[in-house]
Amino acid sequence: MAEVSLKGIRKTFEGNPVIKGVDLEVGKGEFLVMVGPSGCGKTTLLRLIAGLERVDEGTVSIGGRVVNDVQPRDRDVAMVFQSYALYPHMTVRENLAFGLRLRKLPEAEIEARVKDAAALLELTQLLDRRPKALSGGQRQRVAMGRAIVRRPQVFLFDEPLSNLDTALRVQMRGELSRLHRRLGSTMVYVTHDQVEAMTLATRVAVFNGGVLQQAGPPLELYHRPANRFVATFLGSPAMNLLPARRDGKKLAGKGFAVEVASGLPGGAGPDVLVGFRPQELEVASSGFIKGEVEAVERLGFDGYAFLETEAGKLCARFGKGVEVAVGETVSVEAARDAVHVFTADGTALRHPANLG
Amino acid sequence: MALALVCAATLYPVLWVVKLALSPSESLSLSANPFPQEVTFRHFAAVLGASDSAGRWLFGRNLLASLTVSAATTIIGLALAVTAAYALSRFRFPGREAGLQTLLISQMFPATLMLIPIYAILQRLHLLNSLGGLALVYSTTSLPFCVWMLKGYFDTIPRDLEEAAVMDGAAPWQAFVLIVLPLAKPALAVTALFSFMTAWNEFILAATLLNDASLFTLPVALQRLVGEYRVEWGKFAAGAILVSVPVMGLFFALQKHLVGGLTAGGVKG
Repeated sequence: MAEVSLKGIRKTFEGNPVIKGVDLEVGKGEFLVMVGPSGCGKTTLLRLIAGLERVDEGTVSIGGRVVNDVQPRDRDVAMVFQSYALYPHMTVRENLAFGLRLRKLPEAEIEARVKDAAALLELTQLLDRRPKALSGGQRQRVAMGRAIVRRPQVFLFDEPLSNLDTALRVQMRGELSRLHRRLGSTMVYVTHDQVEAMTLATRVAVFNGGVLQQAGPPLELYHRPANRFVATFLGSPAMNLLPARRDGKKLAGKGFAVEVASGLPGGAGPDVLVGFRPQELEVASSGFIKGEVEAVERLGFDGYAFLETEAGKLCARFGKGVEVAVGETVSVEAARDAVHVFTADGTALRHPANLG
Repeated sequence: MALALVCAATLYPVLWVVKLALSPSESLSLSANPFPQEVTFRHFAAVLGASDSAGRWLFGRNLLASLTVSAATTIIGLALAVTAAYALSRFRFPGREAGLQTLLISQMFPATLMLIPIYAILQRLHLLNSLGGLALVYSTTSLPFCVWMLKGYFDTIPRDLEEAAVMDGAAPWQAFVLIVLPLAKPALAVTALFSFMTAWNEFILAATLLNDASLFTLPVALQRLVGEYRVEWGKFAAGAILVSVPVMGLFFALQKHLVGGLTAGGVKG
């Protein structure tokens, strides 16, 4: 188990800066999930930790040792690839043992470790099969087993669940969480799926355009996003943002006005963005804003209505038994003190105070 | 039906050669019937049993020469091609594009064009009339094709596999030897077969560069059966069949590897 520390990391590919100065600490035993849209640099950052790419600037340290010039095999990290990258010409047993054989462990030790990992991942029956005779979920487990047998300081995962179907993904998510509790190892996990980030991580790091936007526990990021990007990236459907002008405690936009109880710092200009999570907005008989229903998503227990309001597009929840039809005009009510406020350029000014 | 036609068209000349080899006469009988009237193994015996003025067994020597040259060509050619192709497939370095194109362009010149320079070079190296020199020439001429062929195959092997091996603790050369080479078996088989066949069947270079009858490769020896005044067609046909047998054997032996989708299942899908 070791901590990973990234300081002032920069990386450019063929003149395109991909990582633009990232500082990030991953504590011992932490499950850090790096999340962001495609091309935000999260996978590159993972490969920099692995040693598959070299940093242009900055330092990568693992367990207090600067590893900038250390070969991947000497960094004592294991990586699970998105494609699984199982060796097709080897059986599951040989796949698992490959890294241990290269490190010249005694044969009895290799045997024992392979057996343990196979038992942990329920692969014992499959040890003599080749990868092509395995299902997607089984291949995924072999890929994890190959990392586990190594007992590395740090585990790296590059979107390991993205090739699985939904049901299997939910199951593997559970298994990954269990694995982390069981091994207690430091894990760094890359995904573009915010649900994986929220459910797996002890800490989430959100990236956009090669820059770290915010890092912290999942709920902290959900409730107190540092900026507009984090606010809209985490949570589904995405947070509503409406332009408004502020006047003391009052925030007024086209066709609506809300008041915040407290905590709106001064300084920034009068133009702001008002943010509501769709779950905090309810279609009701009266409310603070009106809009025409453009689309409806019914999810069973509740649903979401997508409205066109004077101030812009808005998504609001509606409960069981409420009828919402496309084309009708409805009112939307906000839960008490549900208002996030951002400056016009996206920096958070205020979050609701009554959050758990 | 179309298949039967194609097969017939392909097999007809082959049958004709078999007929020539088995018929007692030495002349080209011009009947359309591809099946021999009378069967004799006289020509085969004559080709197999011929010896030179010093009493040495000619066919044996020619066979040995052919085998030596072809095997050496395959080994030298493959060893060079595999490493070059891997570098061209995986690394980006100055001259990579130019190198690949040069290899391609070199394939556009007919082999006869190279005859004189090759002759001159071998003369300087004192490798004329030697099987080693011939193998060297064959290796270099088959190299471009082999490199392109193998590079194309290496390109299809996902890089993830080598990266996984490197993460697992492999040095780059170990990733190449333990992961890439075993996966490239089908391509290695095809390339080896190609090298072997080129060397085995080649005539012009061998005829030019060798002048000692005991060093002749089989195609050259075969051609000498076509005499100046008299063509011994029966012997020629029998020899041709004998020469083709090893290549056919090799084909059957490697057939399994020629169509192998070994990488299936290693990465997703």
